[in-house]
Amino acid sequence: MKRNFMMAALTGTALVATSALAEDATLTVESWRNDDLTLWQDKIIPAFEATHPGIKIKFSPSAPTEYNAVLNSKLDAGSAGDLITCRPFDASLALYEAGHLAALDDMTAMGNFSDVAKSAWQTDDGSASFCVPMASVIHGFIYNKDAFAELGLDVPTTEDEFFAALETIKEDGNYIPMAMGTNDQWEAATMGYNNIGPNYWKGEEGRKALIAGEQKLTEEQWVAPYATLAKWADYLGDGFEAQTYPDSQNLFTLGRAAIYPAGSWEISGFNAQADFEMGAFKPPVRAAGDTCYISDHTDIGIGMNASTAHPEAAKAFLSWVASPEFAEIFGNALPGFFPLSNAPVELEDPLAKEFVSWRGECESTIRSTYQILSRGTPNLENETWGASAAAIKGTETPEALAEELQSGLASWYEPQQ
Amino acid sequence: MHKPRIRWHIAIFLAPAVLIYTSVMIFPLFNTLRLALFSKVDQERVYVGLENFRTLFFDPIWSEQFWNALGNNFWFFLVHMLVQNPIGIALAALLSHPRLRFAALYRSAIFIPTILSFVIVGFAWKLILSPIWGIAPSMLDAVGLKSLFAPWLGKEEYALTTLAMISVWQFVGIPMMLIYAALLSIPEEMLEAGEIDGVTGFAAFWKIKLPLILPSIGIISILTFVGNFNAFDLIYASQGALAGPDFSTDILGTFMYRTFFGFQLQLGDPHMGSAIAGAMFAIILVGVCLYLFGIQTRMRRYQL
Repeated sequence: MKRNFMMAALTGTALVATSALAEDATLTVESWRNDDLTLWQDKIIPAFEATHPGIKIKFSPSAPTEYNAVLNSKLDAGSAGDLITCRPFDASLALYEAGHLAALDDMTAMGNFSDVAKSAWQTDDGSASFCVPMASVIHGFIYNKDAFAELGLDVPTTEDEFFAALETIKEDGNYIPMAMGTNDQWEAATMGYNNIGPNYWKGEEGRKALIAGEQKLTEEQWVAPYATLAKWADYLGDGFEAQTYPDSQNLFTLGRAAIYPAGSWEISGFNAQADFEMGAFKPPVRAAGDTCYISDHTDIGIGMNASTAHPEAAKAFLSWVASPEFAEIFGNALPGFFPLSNAPVELEDPLAKEFVSWRGECESTIRSTYQILSRGTPNLENETWGASAAAIKGTETPEALAEELQSGLASWYEPQQ
Repeated sequence: MHKPRIRWHIAIFLAPAVLIYTSVMIFPLFNTLRLALFSKVDQERVYVGLENFRTLFFDPIWSEQFWNALGNNFWFFLVHMLVQNPIGIALAALLSHPRLRFAALYRSAIFIPTILSFVIVGFAWKLILSPIWGIAPSMLDAVGLKSLFAPWLGKEEYALTTLAMISVWQFVGIPMMLIYAALLSIPEEMLEAGEIDGVTGFAAFWKIKLPLILPSIGIISILTFVGNFNAFDLIYASQGALAGPDFSTDILGTFMYRTFFGFQLQLGDPHMGSAIAGAMFAIILVGVCLYLFGIQTRMRRYQL
């Protein structure tokens, strides 16, 4: 009797398994980009399903601030989706090391990406990649074209021209020269230090040397950006110490400020808010003719849950994400989030086009603090927020700030000891 | 022999409260304390004894943050004790004045902020004090005091005091209500007896009413202490998890949150976070015990 029951149960599961094979494979995508829900439903999923019969995609985002925690508990419980949107660097690396993300090096489509693009989702030695890079954001400055025309200003290319332009705007008095506050701290680091910094530490060269321990944060190329930031204070408008990030966005889009230190993710929001024409310029170089470096920061990737029931289907989707077709859809639907594949993509938004054109003129790098260096305590990225804000406010000298950052980093990071 | 009956109904009536309290308060509390004794090494949870506490108190990086947060916490508490409670007592004394008109209106108006959410209070005050859109600069300008305005929430030296004052504004209704109730319970005959002996007005307050409401003031102090050392919401809502500028508004609650859940690139560390939570628990426990055994038992009580 018991044996019969076992047999029945076994045939039952076998039947279920075969019927599952015959059905479509449905892949669930975990993501924190709930803003992109319509983009996925209206554009990405139909485009993919049209060319890949037998695979269905379901996009299931959660709130950005909860994503990491929700994803971790789902993965531990074995209920996570088949495809996982990857945060850059350590958050995803931890998932890979815990065996939740599958290695993707055997996918030929990974060849479509440069090393910088892949660096956010690789092991420290670069031996294994576990997410397909989807998009990056580029740093620079967005400016009010009407204001520049009114004051007869040209787009600054060197630092001297940049400060001369700020001085002109300030003297005129109609506009706040630059819209940025230090209240939320991260803008000072992200749109300040890591925006202008790559020109000082020569992008990847300096960033890699820092990781290798060949350069220190107390060296000139790492300290000088703080000295430059200190000069910004005169042009930031009254009470910038308590000005928040939304304050700065509103000041600029209301036309009260002339320049906005930006990340390209602002583009779609600004397009909707501002009723004047906007342009963008890259971080000014220190002397005319210098090579320019831009922060082309890897932000979103997508990987495969190592315990997915449909690895082949998931890989088919990931290969498609790596293709130029996906890059074109994604890049145009989300101006300001730039596809990372090597294939050229035709963008329509003029501001986004301006940003992405710098890739051809300048050397790309990523934010200096993101890879490896923010793994310990104190956390270098968080410390850099505080240091950049302090530099702008002038509460400490650049040298003293660099000294603190260096001793904090050296306290746990061996190559810097 | 008559065997005493087991009184089952006591256990049954207590059970719901005991079970719920145990599962949502006592168990998590002890589990957190237990978690503080572990650490994660290579994906494995290992027992490390008091190592996390040693790191917290003696590792220069951790201890600097811990003492900074604790110091800020004491300042936060001190501002409440020196500003919120005296104002609360004064308001209660005014409200209990028999000839004051519209007392009920004032009472409700002053109490209303207490029932508002921290998020609303933090956001509203951030807007009021904003140097760009706020009404604080223009109001000061209207009375010719614009030069006194500063971006208070963005300056290291003012931010914590400003937040403490916002919290005082929000919670001044609590001591006011408690003292008001205590004042109302003072029998009229006692004050009249004082009057006959020539104790009136201010003297009556200092010599008769204040000694009688001292136990209430004690209770308010301990409530303020516990509330302030558990504070987190207002700082988080207005300054974020990094408690800027430059950690000048960082208190134990925000420090614990940042460590436990992680922030931006910093990954969460539940074990160190639990150690901080354990330290907070110990501080509050010691404070409450000091009060209960050191002050409460010595306080003179009067039979009214």
